[in-house]
Amino acid sequence: MSIAFQSATQLLQDLQNRRLSSVELLQSCLDQIDRAEPQVGAFLGVDREGALRQAKEVDQRRHAGEKLGSLAGLPVAIKDNLCVKGWKTTCASRMLADFAPPYNAHVIERLRSADAILLGRTNLDEFAMGSSCENSAFQKTRNPWQLAAVPGGSSGGSAAAVSAGMVPLSLGSDTGGSIRQPASFCGIVGVKPTYGRISRYGLIAFASSLDQVGPFARTVPDAALLLETLAGHDPRDSTSVNMPVPSWSQQLDRPLDSLKIGVVPEHFGAGVDDEVAQTVTRAVELYRMLGASVQEISLPHARYGVAAYYIIAPSEASSNLARFDGVHYGHRAAEFENLVDLYETSRAEGFGDEVKRRIMIGAYALSSGYYDAYYLKALKVRRLIANDFQQAFRDVDLVLTPTSPTPAYPLGTQLADPLKMYLDDMYTVPANLAGIPGLSLPCGFSAGGLPIGLQLLAPAFEEDRLFRAAHMYEQATDWHQRHP
Amino acid sequence: MTLSSDDVLKVARLSRLKVTPEELTRFANQLGQILDYVHQLEEIDTAGIEPMAHAGELLNIFREDVPGNSLSRPDALANAPKSDGTYFLVPQILEGT
Repeated sequence: MSIAFQSATQLLQDLQNRRLSSVELLQSCLDQIDRAEPQVGAFLGVDREGALRQAKEVDQRRHAGEKLGSLAGLPVAIKDNLCVKGWKTTCASRMLADFAPPYNAHVIERLRSADAILLGRTNLDEFAMGSSCENSAFQKTRNPWQLAAVPGGSSGGSAAAVSAGMVPLSLGSDTGGSIRQPASFCGIVGVKPTYGRISRYGLIAFASSLDQVGPFARTVPDAALLLETLAGHDPRDSTSVNMPVPSWSQQLDRPLDSLKIGVVPEHFGAGVDDEVAQTVTRAVELYRMLGASVQEISLPHARYGVAAYYIIAPSEASSNLARFDGVHYGHRAAEFENLVDLYETSRAEGFGDEVKRRIMIGAYALSSGYYDAYYLKALKVRRLIANDFQQAFRDVDLVLTPTSPTPAYPLGTQLADPLKMYLDDMYTVPANLAGIPGLSLPCGFSAGGLPIGLQLLAPAFEEDRLFRAAHMYEQATDWHQRHP
Repeated sequence: MTLSSDDVLKVARLSRLKVTPEELTRFANQLGQILDYVHQLEEIDTAGIEPMAHAGELLNIFREDVPGNSLSRPDALANAPKSDGTYFLVPQILEGT
């Protein structure tokens, strides 16, 4: 196998055993970027010089026998809504086209102290709002498996970059499925950790009660390795929890005795693509063969998840994005009549349509006379959705669902109908509302050759269970060894 | 439920977004569809259910009140669209000054 598609775990071993230098590995990534990137368009910026400087330094320190960090020499790509000092951070928005953050996000500090190589900034739906990466103000990203198809979103660039062999690992953020859905569309592993596992410091906020940073990787062990590097308490984010971070990557082979998996029958019925339902059903059967017991469960309020989400997330967004005023940073209109006109014109010019829609939906739901009917109602439904999971996890260890109701669809087909695109989040949104961890991993392909993903959900802080169960499936299949 | 252009104009003002007449029509249509969809929440009986504003539901987190480092003035102003090196500059707000 060419090193471009090697697992991060294998690459790390090769680096440690000095069969491979960090500069050689970086060069292989850059070569693959030269080959694939003109078609895929995953990156908004590649820091060739900075990456080369870091790679040389890691090689020198390794040569000198210094102790190195847990990801020493491994290139990582960063979703362009995470602040990296010395780079631009644009959120794929005209509003932040020239924004140069004055500090590093917590996860960037973690990567730097692990001696990872920061390779470049990846494309996203503007401010992480969207499920196809088509809402980027700057460029379209294409699915490496089929260039006519979307990579998913919002973290589409990070998923496409790993899938196309341009980088072994990347970071995304997941507010309603923005890591798991593109991982599923691009045939790789993506994890949304428990809310609070990772500090959101330096993640440009979309919906603060739902946003989590998480890893993309080609294999389950790789994703576990990256997550254990990112996770941990940070006093600068008061929602980051002060709990020990297990060494998930070291515990993957511990057997899961009498694993009980819950499935929801409606997840395999109306509204789901037939091939997706069949493929995920085969994955359920495989778990049964591997010794798991499978039982039907009910999540009676999950079908209201999208409706609750599309009130809660825009409400929080309308508040979070109020900071973009054309005064402190970000786009400022060239011409305006007074201060209010400066705000209104700068924001009208700086934001794209989807961002404007969500800000306005949020402002509407929070406005006087509508707050109880919309926002408060959605928060109560959120509680019912979280209660459903608590109830389900009394009977089962994990819940298994399709990640997305369809495989990747052609570019341009869903842009005119925002509501239809929202419905694609139906299986992923409930985990964000409840704050529980979720993982997507490849489980097959459509007849048209597009990847299909399955989602595993666990109770809060049970990432260990997710990784071990996902690894069990991965070891019994070879989907993760295929690449575009 | 269709939103009127006036409804959208009101919410655009609240959001500090300038909208063109063409956008008013388009957004009225799209926002109306989204609101129609979320109305299904009314089917659910939520009597006696506590709203859940946050997944973590942590209690207040306190820290010692000690001075620490903060952004330097040049760093804080570095991304300002307009500044004089000391302050952010905005158009005149008060009349007659």
